[in-house]
Amino acid sequence: MKNTGLVTRRGAILAGLATVGGIAVARRFPKILPPTCGNVLRAGDSFTYGMQRALLGQSLVREYSLADLTSFPATGTTDPGANVKPELAELSGSYRRLRDGAFADWRLSVEGSVARPRAFSLADLKQFPPRTQITRHTCEEGWTAIGQWTGVPLSAVLDVVGVLPAARFVVFYSYDDWVDSIDMLDAMHPQTILAYGMNGRALPQQHGAPVRLRVERQIGYKSMKYLARIVVTDKFDDGGMKGNIQNGWSWYNGI
Amino acid sequence: MTQTSRLANPTPVQDDTGKPSGVHGHARWVRISHWIMTVSVFVLVFSGFEILMVHPRLYWGIAGNDLTPALLELPISRNYKHRGFDTPRPFFEKAGGPVSASRTYEIFNQNGWGRSLHFLAAWLLVLPGVVYLLAGVFGGHFRRHIWPRLRELAPHLVWRDVVGHLRLRVPPAGVGPQYGLLQKISYSFVIFVAAPLMILTGLTMSPAVTSAFPILLQLFGGYQSARTIHFFTSAALVLFVIAHVVMVVKSGFRRQIRAMTLGE
Repeated sequence: MKNTGLVTRRGAILAGLATVGGIAVARRFPKILPPTCGNVLRAGDSFTYGMQRALLGQSLVREYSLADLTSFPATGTTDPGANVKPELAELSGSYRRLRDGAFADWRLSVEGSVARPRAFSLADLKQFPPRTQITRHTCEEGWTAIGQWTGVPLSAVLDVVGVLPAARFVVFYSYDDWVDSIDMLDAMHPQTILAYGMNGRALPQQHGAPVRLRVERQIGYKSMKYLARIVVTDKFDDGGMKGNIQNGWSWYNGI
Repeated sequence: MTQTSRLANPTPVQDDTGKPSGVHGHARWVRISHWIMTVSVFVLVFSGFEILMVHPRLYWGIAGNDLTPALLELPISRNYKHRGFDTPRPFFEKAGGPVSASRTYEIFNQNGWGRSLHFLAAWLLVLPGVVYLLAGVFGGHFRRHIWPRLRELAPHLVWRDVVGHLRLRVPPAGVGPQYGLLQKISYSFVIFVAAPLMILTGLTMSPAVTSAFPILLQLFGGYQSARTIHFFTSAALVLFVIAHVVMVVKSGFRRQIRAMTLGE
């Protein structure tokens, strides 16, 4: 490019392409981003979230075969019934009682921005056409494991309760006192399932019994174990001190 | 400017600054992107090391974890060979099949900020990096200054430059292009091989990106292979940075820093 001060044809084409590309990305960038509260780190995570939503479509993750199954470490909470924190005594006790009754009394309440809120038993969830998928669990720590998951697509459950048009996020509450959320795109993704089976058997306790979430396009910790309650919301909820952001972890982790 | 005249007499070539190359310093876009990417690489190495400390085991293939054999274990944190798991329980009846075990050991894990910092720094590398690549390709910087000419790659010329470097006899190089032969080869390796490999293997570790581009998993043989290549390439880049800084010091530290900052 000669430095003549004139607009060259090549420069004009590049500038034009950059403008068109920039507008296309901006139009697909999510309108609601998680709060960053001036935190530069979280702003970077929000930018990654926006760019991935703008540039990547609703594609499926790779599914593997039974021959690919690997050993699978259980990390984080492995027994919510053994939580010794006094403020968690009630939650911990409820989990123990439900477990003693083989989770027959376990109910998954689906509420919030929905037309017909409802509580589902394990038997109710098994009434839905099941989906089985063999996927790679990718832990933020750096390890991976292949597991087979059986459950009901979250989208099928959300269709039954009737998500209202203003809904933007789905918030999950767990028996180990964690609160986390995903956006509607991940919630409606065909491989986002409420899993009650692992490797052909009932979901083991250390992997989240009776039901855990599988969010296959994000890092492992988004696939919350020991589900207790689901709330559909219109606004972003960071879960306070029970959620990722205030504990110093990224809310979106598709990377 | 024809191909032959440039090859025959490289010195008086005009480039984007309008001055004959070999006389001027670094172009402004080279200087700006150099320092942004310097900061980014420093932060990436720092946060990348923290991330590796959390799980200092490397594998080959799709999957690998504490319950499967490692290719290599690095003694860089208390997580090295911690073996803090309860008794493994098999998933299936068949002996030797996959097992599950619960972790009983409080591992070192600072990935909350480590990962976020790594990806923030990665954006800081990718955004100026794209501008740098486009400007380098379209402005002719790569063709004229970085990419070694076939003629230069004659074995005796390469050998002469290698021997010169091994004896640390650094010619009193000018500031900015033209570059020496090994300099061109190592810059080409960094720009056209190592950096793209780092970005691609990094993206291969993203579940969201590989759901859209599963070819990345095929290309590198799986998530864990990509992670292992990511580590070894980063080690090669760290060696490059060390050699680069040594050469800058040897060839006149103040003058070189000034040239890469002010362009004189």
